[in-house]
Amino acid sequence: MLEPKGNAKAQLDAEFSDLYKAHLRDVYSYAFYRVGNHHDAEDLTEQTFLQAYRHFERALRESDGRPLRPWLIRIAHNLAANLYRDRARRPQSPLDESAPIAAAHTTEELVAGRDELKRVLEGVALLPDDRREALIMRFALGMDNREIARALGRTDGATKVLIHRAIKQLEGLVAMDEDT
Amino acid sequence: MAEAINVELLLRRALAPVEPPERLATQLAATLQSITDMAAEELEGWELASMRDPRNWVRPAAALVVGSAAGAALVLLRARQRHRDQPPGSIGELRERAAETAQDFADEARKLLDPR
Repeated sequence: MLEPKGNAKAQLDAEFSDLYKAHLRDVYSYAFYRVGNHHDAEDLTEQTFLQAYRHFERALRESDGRPLRPWLIRIAHNLAANLYRDRARRPQSPLDESAPIAAAHTTEELVAGRDELKRVLEGVALLPDDRREALIMRFALGMDNREIARALGRTDGATKVLIHRAIKQLEGLVAMDEDT
Repeated sequence: MAEAINVELLLRRALAPVEPPERLATQLAATLQSITDMAAEELEGWELASMRDPRNWVRPAAALVVGSAAGAALVLLRARQRHRDQPPGSIGELRERAAETAQDFADEARKLLDPR
């Protein structure tokens, strides 16, 4: 009578282990581009998976067979937002939300004939939060519009427009930088 | 148009995936394993404790009470139905009806206690 409960739990843990192995790099990449340093990215990644573990059974039930990556990234997104909110409340550790993108690459990388790359990174840092987030998801994680829509809690159409505008704005920023 | 393609290509390079440090994977796997073990121990502990702790008998006891009440209500309903079907009669008939009702109670009790 009590055995199936234990078996179900073991099965659930095994499924979570698969999810964790499959998406550790995605969550870490997202966290790294959000916070810009390994220390905070590690914390954010760990917190994301611990929170995911707590709600995994429900997420699995409600996902209806759809991939759980957007759900994981949404957790990371919310935790990162909380991190920024908490730090913004503490005047001794101000945090510029746009700084992490540029910080994600070393100076050597940026100066070694990669002027264009530098301009793009600076441009991404100037984008509004939602556009920057969408570009991280698309280019760092390779998520498609539907996945990004689920992660951001938007419709597919709105996400398509968001990404299109983000790229257009970035083109403008890079071109403007080139002219000056 | 060519500019847009360039920006997308540059974005792919600029936002390349970042490999997590190996120790993070090990650390996270260990944390998750310890949580899983703790949960399994807790489950095992709960299973044993639930058999010993009288506080956990409340639910089965409540189920028995509800089941008994439902059974009793059913018996009384049957008795009332028989009473309505038959005209009032002698003491013998009343005694007969009481015996039938007692038999119904016994049948319901047997159903409740039947382990199937």
